[in-house]
Amino acid sequence: MNLLGRMGWGDVVFEPALANPDSSDLIAAGAGGVVVLGAIVALYCLFHYRLWGVFWRGWLTSLDHKRIGIMYIAFAMIMLVRGVLEGVVMRAQQADGLDGGFLTSHHYGELFSTHGTIMIFFMAMPFLTGLINIIVPLQVGARDVSFPLLNALSLAFTAAGGALIMVSLVVGEFSTGGWTGYPPFTGVAFQPGVGPDYWIWSVALAGIGTTLSGINFVTTILKERAPGMTFARLPLFTWTAFTTSVLMVFALPPLTVATSLLALDRMAGFHFFTNDLGGNMMNFANLFWLFGHPEVYILILPAFGVFSEVFATFSGKKLYGYTSLVIATVVIAVLSFTVWVHHFFTMGQSANLNAIFGIATMTIGVPTGVKIYDWMATMYRGRVRMSVPMIYSVGFIMLFVIGGLTGIILANPTVDYQVHNTLFLVAHFHNMLIPGLLFGMLAGYTFWFPKVFGFQLDAFWGRIAAWGWIVGYSLTFFPLYAVGLMGMTRRTASYTIEAFQPWMLVSGLGALVVLGALVALGLQLWVSIRYRKALTVEGGDPWDGRTLEWSLPAPVPEWNFAHIPMVTARDDFWEKKRTATVDATPATYTDIALPRNSMLGPLFAVAATALGFGLIWYIWWMAALAAAVMPLAIIVRSFRTDIHRVIPADEVAAYDLAFRETRAALVPVGRDGEETVANRGRANREAFE
Amino acid sequence: MIAASFRAHVRLVPLLLSVLFLAGCIPDGISFLTPAGPVADAQKEHLISITVISLIVVLPVLIGTPLIILRYRRKGGARYRPDWAYSGPLEALMWGVPVLIVGVLGWQLAKATYELDPTAVIAGDPPLEVQVVGLNWKWLFIYPEQGVAALNAMPMPEGRPVSLHLTSDTVMQSFMIGALGSQIYTMPGMETQLNLRADQVGQYRGVNTQFSGAGFDQQSFVAQVMTPEDFDDWVAAARSSGTALDAAAYTQLGQSSTPAEAAAMFAGTGAPAGSVWFSEVETGLFGSIIGKYMSAEGVADSDQTGSPSYQPVQSEGDVE
Ligand code: HEM
Ligand SMILES: [Cu+2]
Repeated sequence: MNLLGRMGWGDVVFEPALANPDSSDLIAAGAGGVVVLGAIVALYCLFHYRLWGVFWRGWLTSLDHKRIGIMYIAFAMIMLVRGVLEGVVMRAQQADGLDGGFLTSHHYGELFSTHGTIMIFFMAMPFLTGLINIIVPLQVGARDVSFPLLNALSLAFTAAGGALIMVSLVVGEFSTGGWTGYPPFTGVAFQPGVGPDYWIWSVALAGIGTTLSGINFVTTILKERAPGMTFARLPLFTWTAFTTSVLMVFALPPLTVATSLLALDRMAGFHFFTNDLGGNMMNFANLFWLFGHPEVYILILPAFGVFSEVFATFSGKKLYGYTSLVIATVVIAVLSFTVWVHHFFTMGQSANLNAIFGIATMTIGVPTGVKIYDWMATMYRGRVRMSVPMIYSVGFIMLFVIGGLTGIILANPTVDYQVHNTLFLVAHFHNMLIPGLLFGMLAGYTFWFPKVFGFQLDAFWGRIAAWGWIVGYSLTFFPLYAVGLMGMTRRTASYTIEAFQPWMLVSGLGALVVLGALVALGLQLWVSIRYRKALTVEGGDPWDGRTLEWSLPAPVPEWNFAHIPMVTARDDFWEKKRTATVDATPATYTDIALPRNSMLGPLFAVAATALGFGLIWYIWWMAALAAAVMPLAIIVRSFRTDIHRVIPADEVAAYDLAFRETRAALVPVGRDGEETVANRGRANREAFE
Repeated sequence: MIAASFRAHVRLVPLLLSVLFLAGCIPDGISFLTPAGPVADAQKEHLISITVISLIVVLPVLIGTPLIILRYRRKGGARYRPDWAYSGPLEALMWGVPVLIVGVLGWQLAKATYELDPTAVIAGDPPLEVQVVGLNWKWLFIYPEQGVAALNAMPMPEGRPVSLHLTSDTVMQSFMIGALGSQIYTMPGMETQLNLRADQVGQYRGVNTQFSGAGFDQQSFVAQVMTPEDFDDWVAAARSSGTALDAAAYTQLGQSSTPAEAAAMFAGTGAPAGSVWFSEVETGLFGSIIGKYMSAEGVADSDQTGSPSYQPVQSEGDVE
């Protein structure tokens, strides 16, 4: 038996670049080099600066939902960088792609496949999972999620999937089958190498992580709410987190089934989706989109939740149409399971079926439209402050309706027959994913950053980044609508029609602006960390917030609430500020039990990566070992009884009283000084005067 | 109905669109924006009417949002009602208008979907039958009644409906001639249908829109629309100067190659550069391409056209 399965020296990305390189090989080797170098630098820093202990105890093994959430988001941002870079390289290729370009079609295929897979599974999903992780327990008045250890395992699975995609840059190759991985093209007859296996196992592992997260969040929201936090009082972000989590639980299984069956086809000679022996790829398309469509709502709903919080907060006003927004959210979630066929109107089914699914698709436009109007009405009669999260949110509204319009267009089978598989579609879904999902995540990041870290993000660079995203997005993707209507197919590395080129050049320029926005985001973080002392908001309420999380210290202590609050209203904190009951000190403090650290998370991350790697390269001993370690670790852990750690009441009391004293001593700041160093996290009461 | 009253406004939109596309920057023959047949024409009309009707719900947002932000900006001094969060009539409007619009659009959608059903034969003369086979990375067109075939080119008569039967002998592909009409998937072991009609003599670009590997971006062909007389002449020319599409020739076509590479393999068939004419077609070829995947033995990778392992047993000793 070969200890390294089907791996050989030739599979390492540097080999072709050394042997007989073309520009594609060099770019691939460069990307592989960056991954290797990045890993070395990270390890060096950890050891050189003796951060290893802190990193291990404070982060990797921590079961604190906030830390897990931060790790999710940090991971998402690293993946965002890779995803955007790939996007920019592809845009550059197409700008240069009239009769050629610098990438081979095969390499372009790997790029759109990793880009799509990364952006969906390893940027968007971790980002929103991280936000939900951090914010939901704070919004419902809980000390943690229901299953803290499970939470760490979810992260481990997601990270393992991401690790596999990173490894694919260095060893072997990635699928060229796109983020959808349609067989038979991804079947063993057409892609016998490891490419599709990387796709299958990275997506499958991420899928497991997501399913577990969904279960965890649903339980948390059902069971961990503070007294008085009825469903009718849940903040909108928590509502959207709840529906998204329900969708995660129900939508991920079809994906797991689809990828598992494809794996059986490839590894064990089954014929679920092969051309011959009764296989049928149409079943894959159905299974994939049975997951895939709800997935896009898993992605967008939490962003809708963020926008709801941001519009209310920065308009200094109650959210308009709370009930409508909740109903719309739930209706969208239910309908999202009834429209998947619109992804393949062109597969040859009857007009009846297409008409039904087309109309179902359009119907989703109604609750979505209602949401937009509700947000407008929230600003109406408010006092609107154009802070950084608000720039993202207004940019979202304006751009998203255009994506909605093109979505309605695509819902029509007759028109879809023309623009399916063209860049019109690519423009449409980026129109939903960038102004919708990504702006939502970035707004949420800016909005809650001070809550989590205790200091604000620098507003100057924040504004540049937000405008950069808005302008860059528009320049990059609006031209794609035009060339899409002209029939330019998606996933095309080069083309022969001259009329496409001017649009591609504009689009390439836009991609550079996006790149600039990304750099601005990085600078914003750097500048903010540098000046964190000045940007501190120790009062915990920098934006004159409305919901429970703003009543807590910033950064939030690991036990979140010294006292589980008694909720008496929607926007509870806002109402308490109005009646000046925030400052009332609780009479007694009690001991708080918190989950102890566990090394199961990092162990699972390593084991799951090894499992995937073993299955991809047919290194059976590695796969078997990894598969055995995971259940064993769970069994061993289940014998441990000392899984909690108690924080004595005295310590809690001291911390809480000190915080209250600090807050009371702060000079309340008006909304004009909101994004300046004058803001120490205590709002004056101008809204009530 | 409501839709009809939009017709008038709809007429303005092509003007708007053409401004958008820098008037005349859309080359003829590549897309449904410059339609050359009834299907593409209807699709363009439909696109415009959906866009116009949807603007009723979209424009208020695009116009209203900046106005609200301006009027209710923090220092704007407009009335501040921090607790205002519900209005019955406004709710009715917010839900009602989109419901109405989606009602109208849904009705149109269903109507258009039935009218433009790709399987529905288009009215007029009895249709010309064409069998289409998607290969890596080129399209093969078989004319069963005429007994001829063409690669990378699809000659067709002007004004006569064409009935396409499509399959793939590799991975899934998607067939589209934008200027003429709908796109449809082609899948191995299965047959899909598409009906088109071209009303203008000309050259129209056809493509595969579904990524299928290294040569994908070159997989285009020309739909050559000609007068019926010219079409008959073409059939005669193909019969006399083309080469036979027999098992050996088909085996060669099965190799993964770009359209240009494939055409080079069959040079000298009288076809214009880049395409190939076949004088006679083995009877039942199309059926056997589909039937191959139904066999109980399966298709070995070495027999799978388009697979990198494709290594067919060469017939008639033309081993290289
Ligand atoms: C930020 C700047 C971005 C740029 C410049 C960019 C660019 C691109 C390009 C050039 C393609 C390939 C188009 C084609 O030829 O078919 C693509 C595909 C795709 N992008 Fe992006 N993108 C960006 C952001 C995003 C984001 C934020 C997401 C998701 C959250 C995303 C998800 C996708 C997906 C799912 C695909 C389809 C991949 C496939 O064909 O299977 N992209 N993008
Ligand atoms: Cu969908």
